[in-house]
Amino acid sequence: MADLSVIQSATHAPQFDDAAQQREAATFGMWVFLATEVLFFGGMFLAYTVYRLAYPAAFAEASRHTLIAVGGTNTAILLISSATMAFAVRAAKERQRATLAWLLLATGALGALFLGIKGFEYAHEVSEHLLPGRNFHFQGPHPDHAQMFFYIYFLMTGVHAFHLTIGVILIAWFALRAWKTDAFAKNDTAVELLGLYWHFVDIVWVFLFPLIYLVNRH
Amino acid sequence: MKSISATAKNLLTMGALLCLLALTIALAYIDLGPFNVMAAISISAAKALLILLFFMQLRGSNRLIWLAAATGFFWLAIMFALSMSDFMTRH
Repeated sequence: MADLSVIQSATHAPQFDDAAQQREAATFGMWVFLATEVLFFGGMFLAYTVYRLAYPAAFAEASRHTLIAVGGTNTAILLISSATMAFAVRAAKERQRATLAWLLLATGALGALFLGIKGFEYAHEVSEHLLPGRNFHFQGPHPDHAQMFFYIYFLMTGVHAFHLTIGVILIAWFALRAWKTDAFAKNDTAVELLGLYWHFVDIVWVFLFPLIYLVNRH
Repeated sequence: MKSISATAKNLLTMGALLCLLALTIALAYIDLGPFNVMAAISISAAKALLILLFFMQLRGSNRLIWLAAATGFFWLAIMFALSMSDFMTRH
């Protein structure tokens, strides 16, 4: 019979040699997941590229109807939230429980602010008849081609916002756990993995921003 | 001492990212012809690299993590290269 006391007292699961190997395996697993996410979003970026090359004039015209001040503000918010997340990961590593909880709360609040602003932006676009469908109206030579821009816009920002929503929920839950329990006192790997996910969602937006808002501003 | 340098590293990365954001917006208002889109994508790639290296700590990671990170972008490049070789050569 295996020596259960050794397994229970250890800082790692029985299939690993030590805590460092367990941490490495977890981090590796998260990066493999993120590689699949690169390809998941990649398919949509490919669709965008194909249609932008096919309808360059309509994409330039449609892009001018997006709100650059709103998009720019949201980009800054996400970049700052990535910094607070990086600080949170460091706080977890240094076992600063209260600091970790506050930094996670700040990161989650910035994420929620992004989603709120995005919601305002969507409402504005719906009222301007830019949501693809029966009510879509666009003044220009190629309304059908412009509709394709907005179809891809709502799809990509929608899928991105969905990812961000999952992130905000997880961050809120982690902040609560950091505040109420000592869940991360022995093992801070989970915080690090949540950080990787959050930074990845930020990277997706970093590429979405110029493709949506900056097609043709001059 | 080590935690102070880590703080500085995170703040510098954030500052660089916000500067690049301002730069990409400013460049979009200048007519550079085909270089507008190249500048925008290059700046996005630079921002992504900063996030990958410093926020996601790829810089201090081992080869296995580098491999996993590179794999996603490698397959992405294959998907774009093969698909665009079709779409861009249709008549």
